[in-house]
Amino acid sequence: MSQALARHGYLADEGLATAVFLALSLRRPLLLEGEAGVGKTELAKVLSRWTGGELLRLQCYEGIDAAQAVYEWDYSRQLLHLRAVEARAAAGGGEVGTDVEDELYSERFLVRRPLLQALVPADPPPVLLIDEVDRADDEFEAFLLEILSDYAVTVPELGTVRAEVPPVAVLTSNRTRDVHDALKRRCLYHWVEHPSFEREVAIVRLRAPEAGEGLARQVAGAVERLRELQLYKPPGVAETIDWALALATLGRATLDEATIEVTLGAVLKYREDAERVRGAGVADLARAAAARQG
Amino acid sequence: MVEPAPIPPDQPERLAVAFAHVLRRAGLDVDLGTVITYRRALAAVGLGAPGPVYWAGRSTLVRRPEDVAAYDSGFAAFWLGAPPDPPPAPPPVEVVVALDDSEGDDGAGDTDAEKAQPTLAVRYSPVEVLRHKDFAVYSPAELAESRRLMADLRLVGALRRSRRLRPSHRSHGRPDLRRTVRLAVRAGGEVVRRPRVEQSMRPRRVVLLCDVSGSMEPYARALLRFLHAAVAGRGRVEAFAMGTRLTRLTRELSGHDPDAALAGAARAVPDWSGGTRLGEGLRTFNDLWGVRGLARGAIVVILSDGWDRGDPDQLGTEMARLRRVAHRVVWVNPLKATPGYAPVARGMAAALPYVDSFVEGHSLAALESLAEVIAR
Repeated sequence: MSQALARHGYLADEGLATAVFLALSLRRPLLLEGEAGVGKTELAKVLSRWTGGELLRLQCYEGIDAAQAVYEWDYSRQLLHLRAVEARAAAGGGEVGTDVEDELYSERFLVRRPLLQALVPADPPPVLLIDEVDRADDEFEAFLLEILSDYAVTVPELGTVRAEVPPVAVLTSNRTRDVHDALKRRCLYHWVEHPSFEREVAIVRLRAPEAGEGLARQVAGAVERLRELQLYKPPGVAETIDWALALATLGRATLDEATIEVTLGAVLKYREDAERVRGAGVADLARAAAARQG
Repeated sequence: MVEPAPIPPDQPERLAVAFAHVLRRAGLDVDLGTVITYRRALAAVGLGAPGPVYWAGRSTLVRRPEDVAAYDSGFAAFWLGAPPDPPPAPPPVEVVVALDDSEGDDGAGDTDAEKAQPTLAVRYSPVEVLRHKDFAVYSPAELAESRRLMADLRLVGALRRSRRLRPSHRSHGRPDLRRTVRLAVRAGGEVVRRPRVEQSMRPRRVVLLCDVSGSMEPYARALLRFLHAAVAGRGRVEAFAMGTRLTRLTRELSGHDPDAALAGAARAVPDWSGGTRLGEGLRTFNDLWGVRGLARGAIVVILSDGWDRGDPDQLGTEMARLRRVAHRVVWVNPLKATPGYAPVARGMAAALPYVDSFVEGHSLAALESLAEVIAR
């Protein structure tokens, strides 16, 4: 499992690999929680590349409802169609028939949103990414639970759409609030940690090959040190990769004090954090980086 | 080969059930459905190596990072035959250095004097008198009476626009195409009416941070009941206790029975009447909850007398951080009602520049006006 994911650009540890394996073999949704930037969303993208299933992404936000998540009718086209039928009827001297209603509420005018699209039978089954589910409200969570339990949605005018093979579902949460227990029970759960030093070096090598082994080790070493500094926003893997790419773009091969000074903005996104690091000494960070150069 | 001694491995369902028992004893919430999933997960990974067996349980039986430690020791005991962990040592008792305690102790001293008064008078004392009486000088009977009165308190945050749409009765707003089509079909294809939608309003989240340190003790019981009334009243209130560490109380306080809820909250807070490090507590709140989303756009209410043994600079920094994400910051200080009070306590002085409303919180009437401040 780890190797299969690695071939598609994702280095998972044993825990995450097992969770993914179980999600696929038990056909259960996988709920990933963890700090921002540890690669939760990326996993779904990689799963889609690997299984070949279409990636359907639903970004959650407060107030999201069925019309944006499941389906909606294309009202403007319905209105146009209605006018056209009316005009034809007027020209022909006839009446607008009752069958026009059936016509309006047919597949033709249905706009499928990710949750409905994920249930349409496809081979291979799609990968459904429900991103930042903690941002949606309770009502939506209850609704999500229903879909993830039955893998079926009823459109009153058309009937029930049911997935014979459930989609591969990945839910992510930044834990800004607790996701409801019932939804958690439905899912397999994995808390994604910051990777170990060696794994982080490997991830940087994979995702930013232009950075080179030495630089990758220095960047991972410096980030490792940054995470010990009790920052407001400790850098995630995404920031490590960004930093390595930034350094490679600038053509730097060593992470010395001057280089750190000008590129710190690639890893630290709060002014207070940058000040804290400068207070603790950029030299200290450069030493931590050099020590890990190996 | 992983193999717990007493149960033969050819009976995986027994293994799953027995392990679930071990975890339940360790305090994890493991329901039957979860055990079945776990059993299937075990079958999927096999019992060949400890790693997959460990992770099969981690992804099915554990749903919160806080439960990992309990799972780990249960796993070691059950699957690897390790001796069970000794029960956790009681948390070290915080030693309070008497630096600026003189003011805080005054309130407690008054309570003793008040206790000597006959409680009979209280029974007939009109509610109006009780409403304005300082919590610190309550007798037990008055406290009980105030707890009943507090059940009527409701905290509703000020309204803000939601992204949800609702039918509008006014002539402006976005056209409601869904209803337009429905009505047109009913009218034989003619668009006769053009209904509209507008954004609905939602109350903002209210976050209550209650100081439970030694100097707040005279107010702690009454304020905790207030927290319960607020949390149990409706869904969008979050409550935390702040002492030497931060404890989230929303779950404990969400039951409707006040006695059970308060007992649960009392058990959850490890450091009643200890020291205060407001800056540290706020930092933990900001890091783990506030800045990540809980306090965003919310009305944050801090209930504290502002006596702080921590670094006032840190408190100032964290208040500034909180102020940047919150809609409004309200500071409730029970001492504010004391005649001649000035916010000179170091912590209070450091926090005040970042506070939108600075209000009293010493009596029922004061808490009622707090509810109005929050709804404003």
